[in-house]
Amino acid sequence: MPVSPHFQRLEAESIHILREVVAEAERPVMLYSVGKDSAVMLHLARKAFYPAVPPFPLLHVDTTWKFRDMYALRDRAAAEAGMPLIVHRNPDALAAGINPFDHGARHTDLWKTEGLKQALDQHGFDAAFGGARRDEEKSRAKERVFSFRSAKHGWDPRAQRPELWRLYNARHAPGESIRVFPLSNWTELDIWQYIAAESIEVVPLYLAAPRPTVVRDGTILMVDDARFRLGPGETPVERHIRFRTLGCYPLTGAVESRADTLAAVVAEMQVTTTSERQGRTIDRDAVGSMERKKREGYF
Amino acid sequence: MATASHRGGAPAGDGARTRSALYEDDAVSRPDRSDAGRSRPDHDGADKTMLRFITCGSVDDGKSTLIGRMLYDAGALFADQAAELEAEAGTAAGLDFASLVDGLTAEREQGITIDVAYRYFATERRKFVVADTPGHEQYTRNMVTGASTADLAVILVDARKGVLTQTRRHSRLVSLIGIRRIVLAVNKMDLIGYDRTVFERIVAEYRTLAAPLELDAVVAIPLSGLTGANVVHRSEAMSWYSGPTLLEHLDQVPVVATDHATTAFRMPVQWVNRPDQDFRGFAGTVVAGTIHPGDPVRVMPSGRASRVARIVTADGDLPRATAGAAVTLVLADAVDCSRGDVIAAAGDPSAVADRFAATLVWLADAPLVPGRGYLVKLGTATAGASVRPPDHVVDVNTGTQHAAATLALNDIGAVEIALDRALAFEAYADNVDLGGFILIDRTTNATVAAGMITGALRRAENVHWQSIEIGRDARARQKGQSPRVLWFTGLSGAGKSTIANLVERKLHAIGRHSFLLDGDNIRHGLNRDLGFSAADRAENIRRVGEVARLMADAGLIVLSAFISPFRADRDAVRALIPHGEFLEVFVNTSLSDAEARDTKGLYAKARRGEIADFTGISSPYEEPTAPEIRVDTTRETAEAAAERIVERVIGVWSHDL
Repeated sequence: MPVSPHFQRLEAESIHILREVVAEAERPVMLYSVGKDSAVMLHLARKAFYPAVPPFPLLHVDTTWKFRDMYALRDRAAAEAGMPLIVHRNPDALAAGINPFDHGARHTDLWKTEGLKQALDQHGFDAAFGGARRDEEKSRAKERVFSFRSAKHGWDPRAQRPELWRLYNARHAPGESIRVFPLSNWTELDIWQYIAAESIEVVPLYLAAPRPTVVRDGTILMVDDARFRLGPGETPVERHIRFRTLGCYPLTGAVESRADTLAAVVAEMQVTTTSERQGRTIDRDAVGSMERKKREGYF
Repeated sequence: MATASHRGGAPAGDGARTRSALYEDDAVSRPDRSDAGRSRPDHDGADKTMLRFITCGSVDDGKSTLIGRMLYDAGALFADQAAELEAEAGTAAGLDFASLVDGLTAEREQGITIDVAYRYFATERRKFVVADTPGHEQYTRNMVTGASTADLAVILVDARKGVLTQTRRHSRLVSLIGIRRIVLAVNKMDLIGYDRTVFERIVAEYRTLAAPLELDAVVAIPLSGLTGANVVHRSEAMSWYSGPTLLEHLDQVPVVATDHATTAFRMPVQWVNRPDQDFRGFAGTVVAGTIHPGDPVRVMPSGRASRVARIVTADGDLPRATAGAAVTLVLADAVDCSRGDVIAAAGDPSAVADRFAATLVWLADAPLVPGRGYLVKLGTATAGASVRPPDHVVDVNTGTQHAAATLALNDIGAVEIALDRALAFEAYADNVDLGGFILIDRTTNATVAAGMITGALRRAENVHWQSIEIGRDARARQKGQSPRVLWFTGLSGAGKSTIANLVERKLHAIGRHSFLLDGDNIRHGLNRDLGFSAADRAENIRRVGEVARLMADAGLIVLSAFISPFRADRDAVRALIPHGEFLEVFVNTSLSDAEARDTKGLYAKARRGEIADFTGISSPYEEPTAPEIRVDTTRETAEAAAERIVERVIGVWSHDL
């Protein structure tokens, strides 16, 4: 149980949101990306419905390019929660051999955006929990807790429903769906402080350790498996690194750090001068790129 | 581990001014200064409080610039965000702080704020959530969204322009939503040469406007978002100003919302948690008061009573839960309770009504259609609703009221709303969670209005409430019943009082308003001057009849249990009461049965000649010729007879069934 009034307020708000969706949606699902935000969201869901098991499945939209440590934790966390885990890999992307080395932005579009849409359509989910926070990016900062998507999964930022008090209007037409963000009002620092306080298991990659790396365009990349294509003359160098966000390993930048405990990570967070999304190469394509992705159906 | 005596020992000087203590352990396990050496790993976040505030102002008042400046000067921006800012600005003239918060492409293109943007930053004392709300009238709905969760409002005024129509509108909306703490930020002081007299004139003007809106806690700060003067750092140019900078004030202002911890307990049920046959819990967020295991509660609107058996959380059962906590309650009895119900303190349960007076803020492009079916979502309940044409619409700029047939986008109006079922509620002024509601369009599912309940409307008031005369019909309708006089007649000892008592208990249990007149409460008071002669018996019944009539006029179901042996006396009473409302109940028993029962020993006394004019012995009993209800106590139990009488009264005679 959180001790501080700040965390009591955040936790109670998230639990309230999780329960509202389960009470009003027909087929909810939780997007589980295995990152730190997903870990907190799953933890809160288990609290919200205790002693019952959260009454919805977990969905992992897999790109086949996640870190190996992520796959290991994913299966363990789902089993521990007693929740069904659905893993969806876009068959078209698989067939076409889409990968982050050859296909650039198409990699994210096909594996993640299209993959997500396929999974939601295939299972008929009408509400999907996501771990996004408003402090991540400017267009996220404008998004409601309940974010409505058309039957084609598009987001219209100019037609968002007013969202008053603790009242969430979850009604939607057949085919339409809702993306729900229970962590909207959490900050990155909140997430880490809560993980430490509640002893939530996270992927070890968030903690610093010596790992094989290469540096490209100023970004430190980890050589997680043999698929990593080394350039001519490029050799992996061991560096003490950790990650602030986790995605497809060839697209996720690390930071050099000696913070090998949660306490050290929290301490580091409090003096950091860069935002976490700096490590995500996909968000820096162009000004407004996140808004564009969301309009197209990205989480 | 936690005891009540510790609560007074909560550290006062640690900067943790809590809104309310959510859990029992809260006050005791929060480390105070002397404890700092034993702090947990998350100590730096643990003691902070949270302040949610909105900023509002007219177009070009420089709102987004001010927030950007505050984030920048407070060191709340990351280096890459600042770099992006510099890249976007593209000029050497200065940083475009507004682009930090205007996150949508359309906003940057048009240079205006369209939707609420939430920003997060922290100081050593506090975590802040800023909702930057649009100033343009067209986006009032977005401002209302931001304001509904805020503890404080920063209202911007351009020092060159002073108080504008929009300032009045924003202040009125802020007041309507219930925010009482206001910062009047007089911006762009650099453009008027930091002139103190201009600032003071604007402040005086604003106070005049704020007073009638009950915005009494106004703190005025002269500043400049562009130069940063008095935003985070003090300004040399305004040495005449001795108050706090904006951030200093936000950091220190007490967050005292209505203290919901001390009001009566309320928890709207969100979800029934039933993982197996052995567990049935009611999940919800406590919105008022405090609850402990063992506390008596009622499930509203049904009113069913039970007790709290357990307060369940994943972190273990709690000894206590307070407003703001998300918990799961297990009740001691298997009472009917589901989503939309409110579990409330038994001694002070929520009011229940199906008609409300409310203030609506219309949020949709399509105007209100009075009489059309909408949905109301109030707490966790959703009910069908229709809205009457507005009583009036408030001019949000001036506060004047004018007549209108409907409500259009951004209109604020006073309306009456009828629901298709009764819901538990509170006035918005008393409880935001049980007094604030949204109106949903059944076709588009859009949220079309935000509503604030001002009070319940009773049935009698909903149709002609200005013109109505308070007559017997009005009184009866107010009670939701039709008046009746149930006149029990029969020999002494026949069982009149027994049956009448049972009937009254049953009526009471189903919410009917009744009164039982019998010998005890009449003969000892009103009629103590009367004896038992034929003339006195007639007078006795006449007076009882008059009292019964007054009570029936008051809307009550009156039960009278008197021997009333003479047909003429009973018929005289019947004539006093409107046709159809008088029901003669003949409780028939044989004289030998009554005499054999003789519970009060009266027959024996009469036989010994100790009582004169005793009905059945020394005075006649004239049986009713055509009673509405006949009870034969030799064939029917008192209980069965009472059941049958109640059915007759509410099943056939009640106007609302």
